[in-house]
Amino acid sequence: MDVVAMHIANGIISGPVSVIFIVIAVAALAFCVVKARADLDDRLAPMAGLVAAFIFAVQMLNFQVLPGVSGHLLGGTLAVILVGPWVGALCVSTVLIVQCLLFADGGLTAIGLNITNMALLGTAAGYLLVAALLRILPKTPTSLGAVAFIASVVSVVVASQGFVLEYALGGTTALSLPLISGTMAGTHVLIGIGEGLIAATTVVTVARVRPDLVYALRRFRKPVTTSGIGATA
Amino acid sequence: MSRRLGWFIAGGLLVALLLAGVVSNFASGSPDGLDATAREGCTFNADDEITGGTCMLQQEGEHQMGDSPLADYGVRGVDNSFLSTALAGTAGVLITFAVGAGAFWLVRRRDQKV
Repeated sequence: MDVVAMHIANGIISGPVSVIFIVIAVAALAFCVVKARADLDDRLAPMAGLVAAFIFAVQMLNFQVLPGVSGHLLGGTLAVILVGPWVGALCVSTVLIVQCLLFADGGLTAIGLNITNMALLGTAAGYLLVAALLRILPKTPTSLGAVAFIASVVSVVVASQGFVLEYALGGTTALSLPLISGTMAGTHVLIGIGEGLIAATTVVTVARVRPDLVYALRRFRKPVTTSGIGATA
Repeated sequence: MSRRLGWFIAGGLLVALLLAGVVSNFASGSPDGLDATAREGCTFNADDEITGGTCMLQQEGEHQMGDSPLADYGVRGVDNSFLSTALAGTAGVLITFAVGAGAFWLVRRRDQKV
């Protein structure tokens, strides 16, 4: 069978706009590397490799959301909870780059667009929600699962609207924007629910087996944590 | 890296390999949310060829890496589709882990032992 894990292909968005987003993506990822170094210790580095490999695997698992329409996990929220926002954005980017270069999934010209939507916008939205929700909810595996679910749904819809923005700027066809936006939002709410279930199952499992490896449980514990990183294990 | 963390990473990789190597063969083959949007506005015949209308899909260009031996999540030259997807998925998980863990290990901070 054909696995149709699909990202934005070449030609859907104009060349100049694609190039602008490659510049945006490179600049943002460079910033992420600088910020990520503070989080990346001997323990988080291999964990981040595992998160990237896991997201690659789950992105192959397209699930049906409507007759004739499927979807797959994007992974931003899952990565935020397990390895934090900066490393998380880099994990999702790693997956997108491997998929583009080796699996011909997502155009090479469109790599900046795909990274912006899934690795930057999706991860940022997931991070903001996870950080906000974990300030008011108890830090138990169950509530972490609920947080993962809610943040995943929102994050996937935000990522889908990133495409709508790119299409508005450089779409190569003249289609109605509200129609594109509505179709993307509608299908991606359903994809987000699927992603939410997968992300929740994953983080609850890790939180039960090795709570010390869950970034969100270590870092979003209190509004004011400035030090003591890795001091508790 | 402690031995305990090593076991966790190995266990996680095994789960990822099973998902990409086995479960992936049962994934839906329908167009995904973005692809479905890209098809909106066009009509298709039974062979999935565009028969009319205007949609994004008409603008889709060739992929620069279309000749990759792993293109479209299969291994070129392996005719059995189950095996082809399984091998491509396994390779993808191992390559992504190697690239990711290697890059993260190189840029990690070295100032304190954990």
